[in-house]
Amino acid sequence: MNLDSRAPSGLLEKKWDKHRFELKLVNPANKRKYTVIMVGSGLAGAGGAASLAELGYQVKCFCYQDSPRRAHSIAAQGGINAAKNYRNDGDSVFRLFYDTIKGGDFRAREANVYRLAQISVNIIYQCVALGVPFAREYGGLLDNRSIGGAQVSRTFYARGQTGQQLLLGAYQALERQIGLGTVQMFSRHEMLEVIVIDGRARGIVVRDLVTGDVETHVGDAVCLATGGYASVFHLSTNAKGCNATAVWRAHKKGAGFANPCFTQIHPTCIPVTGENQSKLTLMSESLRNDGRVWVPGTPGDRRPPNEIPEDERDYYLERMYPSFGNLAPRDIASRAAKRVCDEGRGVGPAGYGVYLDFADAIERLGEQAIREKYGNLFEMYERITDENPYRVPMRIYPASHYTMGGLWVDYNLMSTIPGVFVLGEANFSDHGANRLGASALMQGLADGYFVIPYAIGSYLAGVKPAAPADDHPEMRAAVTAVRDRLSTLLGIKGQRTPTAFHRELGRIMWEYCGMARNRSGLETALQKIPALREEFWQNLNVTGENAELNQALEVAGRVADFLELGELMCRDALAREESCGGHFREEYQTEEGEARRDDAGFCHVAVWEYTAPDRTPLRHQEPLVFENVQLATRSYK
Amino acid sequence: MNLTLQVWRQKNAQSPGRFVTYQAADISPDMSFLEMLDVLNERLIQKGEDPIAFDHDCREGICGACGVVIDGTAHGPRRRTTTCQLHMRSFRDGDEVTLEPWRARAFPVIKDLIVDRSAFDRIIAAGGFVSAPIGSAPDGNAIPVRKENADLAFDAATCIGCGACVAACPNASASLFVAAKITHLGMLPQGQPERMERALSMVAQMDAEGFGSCTNHGECEAVCPKGIPVAFIARMNADFIKASLTKGRRVAQAGEATAG
Ligand SMILES: Cc1cc2nc3c(=O)[nH]c(=O)nc-3n(C[C@H](O)[C@H](O)[C@H](O)COP(=O)(O)OP(=O)(O)OC[C@H]3O[C@@H](n4cnc5c(N)ncnc54)[C@H](O)[C@@H]3O)c2cc1C
Ligand code: FES
Repeated sequence: MNLDSRAPSGLLEKKWDKHRFELKLVNPANKRKYTVIMVGSGLAGAGGAASLAELGYQVKCFCYQDSPRRAHSIAAQGGINAAKNYRNDGDSVFRLFYDTIKGGDFRAREANVYRLAQISVNIIYQCVALGVPFAREYGGLLDNRSIGGAQVSRTFYARGQTGQQLLLGAYQALERQIGLGTVQMFSRHEMLEVIVIDGRARGIVVRDLVTGDVETHVGDAVCLATGGYASVFHLSTNAKGCNATAVWRAHKKGAGFANPCFTQIHPTCIPVTGENQSKLTLMSESLRNDGRVWVPGTPGDRRPPNEIPEDERDYYLERMYPSFGNLAPRDIASRAAKRVCDEGRGVGPAGYGVYLDFADAIERLGEQAIREKYGNLFEMYERITDENPYRVPMRIYPASHYTMGGLWVDYNLMSTIPGVFVLGEANFSDHGANRLGASALMQGLADGYFVIPYAIGSYLAGVKPAAPADDHPEMRAAVTAVRDRLSTLLGIKGQRTPTAFHRELGRIMWEYCGMARNRSGLETALQKIPALREEFWQNLNVTGENAELNQALEVAGRVADFLELGELMCRDALAREESCGGHFREEYQTEEGEARRDDAGFCHVAVWEYTAPDRTPLRHQEPLVFENVQLATRSYK
Repeated sequence: MNLTLQVWRQKNAQSPGRFVTYQAADISPDMSFLEMLDVLNERLIQKGEDPIAFDHDCREGICGACGVVIDGTAHGPRRRTTTCQLHMRSFRDGDEVTLEPWRARAFPVIKDLIVDRSAFDRIIAAGGFVSAPIGSAPDGNAIPVRKENADLAFDAATCIGCGACVAACPNASASLFVAAKITHLGMLPQGQPERMERALSMVAQMDAEGFGSCTNHGECEAVCPKGIPVAFIARMNADFIKASLTKGRRVAQAGEATAG
């Protein structure tokens, strides 16, 4: 597997400029002869499709929802980072770069992360120009706040709905191009296969989710901006439809999968209440700016929160991490919550919850100020729990939220399949072993608005625009594979629903590959998952037929892919014998219970190559070289 | 709790639909309305019956995918709450509940509770944007925006495009949806250059899609999960009238400018 990162040499600050100068350009008159396929319409996909179309490429864009505006990016709450230093509090491009590298526990590529920090500034400008109504101060200038893992205020926000507003900006730019005829939009279409001919990507196979028709779409490059795979845990903060199908099918066609075990468990979600729960709701991390996290000091204390006096409470984040306090990064805050609950100090009916208390902030700033900042989140909390967080502290618990792992890409965002580019959460590139708050939106828009428009030229300039023949054997084989699989799923007619399998897989993943992992647990999971997968292919029950809107069939296909990906995640977690970021191996911890990284053995990206069904995949490495930062032990004390 | 559901079942756009009765037994009040449907669907699949199709994705009230007319009200009994955020504690044991899709000429039924809302996308494509090509933007603080204007723009921009306003309107008008976008962009300095064209083209597209006109019933605001006020429709009308009156003049001026 060729894992040349193509990161330019030279000074960190100059790499992106130098690279842009060296990239081959496609002549403006020729651009319209190239067709680019964009799968996904989130920040990365909609942003990328719009900017490529503006450049003159013909774009075909796909999403599984009924409208591109509903991509999962819409749900992001807290904000988006940019190294603007509008607060005059010491921020800079280098600091954002450093925080991101350190936050990711030194498992990301320097050149990519620096580029992201550089571009962050332009993103805010672009969004403002597109009409994104960011929060403003009375003087009319943009407001900021700080978010977990940072000591400067560099987060731009639109109340608790930043993702919605950013996505609507990108969606409107996309719709403008659709109106101009430069982008063809295919909503309610799910990509099920990549077409690779002579070693490069030539198109995709999709299923029309309304009619069941299996169609091919050809293009000169295929971009996957299909989001993350946190739904492998079944219960997660992701939307119900989020899936790994697009990236998994590309992986099986030759795209290396990088660091699949790097997943993020978010510390502030509403705790699980019942067996039939379908998803977990995030309470934005921004709440930790004003909310204080605590549990009772003694195990088994079941008194209501207001009856527990101040000196019998344990504000454990403030105690354990005095300099970051409640703003400690996600992986650290999540593990701390798990630890206090495992000690029997958790709150709520099941004992798996901690308080997030706004009483002090309300006293200091007034209820109105809190309402302005977080009103919609408080309302959402109340709807779900029937409790009023202005009066009673919120109860929160960690939940699966984001995936740092994803398809391996080089500096041009190209995977190991020539012509397949991967954008946004779907790639592995920028967040190492842990992502900092407000950095995913930044990365999605950076990839879509400002990286892919240049990077894709480097590839397209070297290939002639031409569509392969419809009856090319590879095209027919891809279509046949998709049709066969759909009819297999429909034909099993067993006893268990697709969701039942998903739920069981989720339990295995959460138990053995969740917040804390160890060898014997991972080995157990590596027994259980293949067994479950085997049962799936014997005992699945999908009703109805292919030639109709069939949601059970959609879920079944996604669960089938999760059943393979879950195994790879466990394999990766087992092979990485260190603790770093979101990957915590219990065998590798300090006496105080903090993660123990092993830079001598694991300062690399693990990239998995698919071999054959039921054959062990191959693990390759891309070494990580740090020229500008010193590998330090990550400390937030 | 146990409920009796009357659910609209329709195989596809071509087939006629009808109500079918289902028992939803052993439902926990802490479940969301869609989780209740999930449970029912799991049971249907186990019996080999077709599950009820409904749109949903985020299940947090933000993507705008979900939407069921529950007992005659779009998104059900709780104000300012999407179907996915509605919980079973809003119902009582033994209740009989009716579930229907959005009903509007411009939103044809695709299957069961799912309708085709692509008309909304086409209205946005007609003019619901600011033309600011990627890469062309000035510093974000170069143009200060009054906080009140930014806040009002934001209030309008919170529309999730679910279509409940259309479903609730006796005329199946999309005025609230269109007005929200026109207000959002019209309150910001970035939205000014295209403000008049935007009003004309979005309204024209709304009419072309077959939505009805607004006769001030106010049902839209009542069901809007984001509480978008009907007052925005007045802003849309003002922009539209101004744009219609000045259209000829503006074209003439533009002509002179190019001629000069
Ligand atoms: C609740 C929540 C809150 C968050 N808050 C923040 C925050 O405050 N700040 C921050 O920086 N990040 C936040 N994040 C993370 C961030 O929202 C995501 O990482 C980011 O939006 C992902 O964007 P994307 O464009 O990569 O993918 P997505 O927005 O997930 O879009 C994926 C697209 O791919 C399409 N797709 C997927 N599979 C297929 C297929 N097989 N065929 C066709 N189409 C397909 C979908 O239809 C969709 O259009 C949050 C995440 C969650 C879950
Ligand atoms: S499912 Fe997203 S708003 Fe209801």
